[in-house]
Amino acid sequence: MSAQFLQFLLAGLTVGAIYALVALGFSIIYNASQVINFAQGEFVMIGGMTTVSLTAIGWPLPFAIAAAVLAAAAVGLALEKFAVEPARGASVVTLIIITIGASILLRGVATLVWDKNIHPLKAFSGDAPIQIGGATLVPQSLWVMGITLVIVLLLTWFFGRTLLGKALLATSHNRLAAQLVGINVRHVLLASFGLSAALGAVAGILVAPITFTSWDVGVMLGLKGFAAAILGGMGSGPGAVLGGLLLGIIESMGAGYISSAYKDAIAFVVILAVLFFLPSGLLGKRSTDRV
Amino acid sequence: MLLKNLLAAVVAFGCGIAQAQEPVRIGAFLAVTGPAAFLGDPEQKTLELYIEKLNAAGGVLGRKLQLVSYDSAGDAEKARTFAKRLIEQDKVDVIVGGSTTGETMAVVPLAEAAGMPFISLAGAVVIIEPVKKWVFKTPHTDRMACDKVFVDMKARGVAKVGLISGSGGFDKSMRGECLKVAKNHGIEIVADETYGGADTDMTAQLTKIRQNAQVQAVLNAGFGQGPAIVTKNYRQIGMSVPLYQSHGVASKEFIRLAGEAAEGVRLPAAALLVADKLPDSDPQKLVVTHYSREYQARFKSDVSTFGGHAYDGLMLAVDAMKKAGSTDKARVRDALEATKGYVGTGGIVNMSATDHMGLDLSAFRMLEIRKSDWTLVK
Repeated sequence: MSAQFLQFLLAGLTVGAIYALVALGFSIIYNASQVINFAQGEFVMIGGMTTVSLTAIGWPLPFAIAAAVLAAAAVGLALEKFAVEPARGASVVTLIIITIGASILLRGVATLVWDKNIHPLKAFSGDAPIQIGGATLVPQSLWVMGITLVIVLLLTWFFGRTLLGKALLATSHNRLAAQLVGINVRHVLLASFGLSAALGAVAGILVAPITFTSWDVGVMLGLKGFAAAILGGMGSGPGAVLGGLLLGIIESMGAGYISSAYKDAIAFVVILAVLFFLPSGLLGKRSTDRV
Repeated sequence: MLLKNLLAAVVAFGCGIAQAQEPVRIGAFLAVTGPAAFLGDPEQKTLELYIEKLNAAGGVLGRKLQLVSYDSAGDAEKARTFAKRLIEQDKVDVIVGGSTTGETMAVVPLAEAAGMPFISLAGAVVIIEPVKKWVFKTPHTDRMACDKVFVDMKARGVAKVGLISGSGGFDKSMRGECLKVAKNHGIEIVADETYGGADTDMTAQLTKIRQNAQVQAVLNAGFGQGPAIVTKNYRQIGMSVPLYQSHGVASKEFIRLAGEAAEGVRLPAAALLVADKLPDSDPQKLVVTHYSREYQARFKSDVSTFGGHAYDGLMLAVDAMKKAGSTDKARVRDALEATKGYVGTGGIVNMSATDHMGLDLSAFRMLEIRKSDWTLVK
């Protein structure tokens, strides 16, 4: 029984770590612009697919990964520069709709650049499962969890110690005040898109050996990442990580102990419940309006 | 002025000929894009290729063939709209299409009401059972796949089976059929798990099955990427009892995705998949080697059984038109129902008033994956 529990837990943590990375991407852009970027899932897809095609033409894995992350970041920057920035006077809802349009466009382009097939990626260090107390884990899961941890630490350092990170944080707290103290808000916005895209790409690359990748892999991962961000509290970094891990574990336990047919439904029911009873999420800022 | 008149006359004359030589219209709605694109894509290519070849050989009944095809993206609602258009606007003579069971079943009422011969390319048994006057199908049914798998399990001394299936139409239908026919083979289903269509991890479900000590073999009813992930997870959590997949993943794509984990997996499949491994005495040898050679030469990609289903559908329709001597829908339908001994890529077809598919268990071969390739199980 406990081996079974452990197996569900490990499966949940692996998927949860990916949700966490996607959720972090949502949070960073949300902080900088109040926009929910629905093209976040597409960055995941670009990361995975670019790595697959570069390794297929003989690039060593580390170079392919670096190139894929850069490619996704470039797409993120372009998205901000050519789609979001020209509409900067528009309302947040308009910007969100622009990102939805961008996600559809990116998926369409992906079917042309690549194809509509599902592609496997070789695991970073073999497929031989590791035994842990009666449960098993593929080495790739360790990569997923380890790199997620490293990224969370890096982000903590970035937001706490670097000028750009602090500028990002300041903008999220009060855009006008940030502008008044001399922070170039437009650069901050640009940086947030690039950073989010890179995070998404890392998630897409890490998960590809476990779940395969394809042109439409971003749809579900994007939604789940969004759900995780809501659960943890939109805009909160620790919240995104907590939300992602929780969501992964809830899904896995739900599939194991209740019914696997309702796995996705369980995740979305959780989101609805959070929105009803705790609209700002687990760790989100309680919003107060001054009247 | 004279020249203009002359031109007009030539154009009018040309139109006159075209009218007398009205082409035979083959209607199709296929899931060329979307989640079932791996079905619709080879089907579309096959129809294009063979309509071209038939036309080069003079067409049928002295008339050219014309393909009118729509991409339903695997969506039943779209399939219905397109089928309506095929019947009412395009006025096709026969419909060959419906990549998935969902699309097919959405179109069945239309075909029945309009009196349109409709050859479906989808798997589930509900399409032809109960028999529908105007509806036929070329692929094997999921019930036959269950039968074939259970016969093979029995021969290996397996009596207690764990079942895992997806939530798609194909998966659900096959699961139902397997549960129904298991008893006939003295097989007991002792575990029954499901997973969602876009799930990326099935270790939870498989762990539950592993927990059940009675399970002697596992059958995965499903298609798409699900079965490949099941196969990988199966090896990951170290399960060692035999794993069977369904004919739904009978393509090289599955081996490519599942990689080494696919080693030792058994599945029932059509002869087409192992065309080059069939003995020369096999009655299907000729047709399957021809089809796979021509398809590969044209599209530079491996054949899949799904394209074969479209080949069979088109050839059955053309055959019936030749026998009926016209494209009159009622006569074509009667000729289709009277099809006997047609050797296709899916098997030898003997239709009757009570059987609108006409295949038996011999149409399936039991395959085992060894060294990333198919081998025939004796």
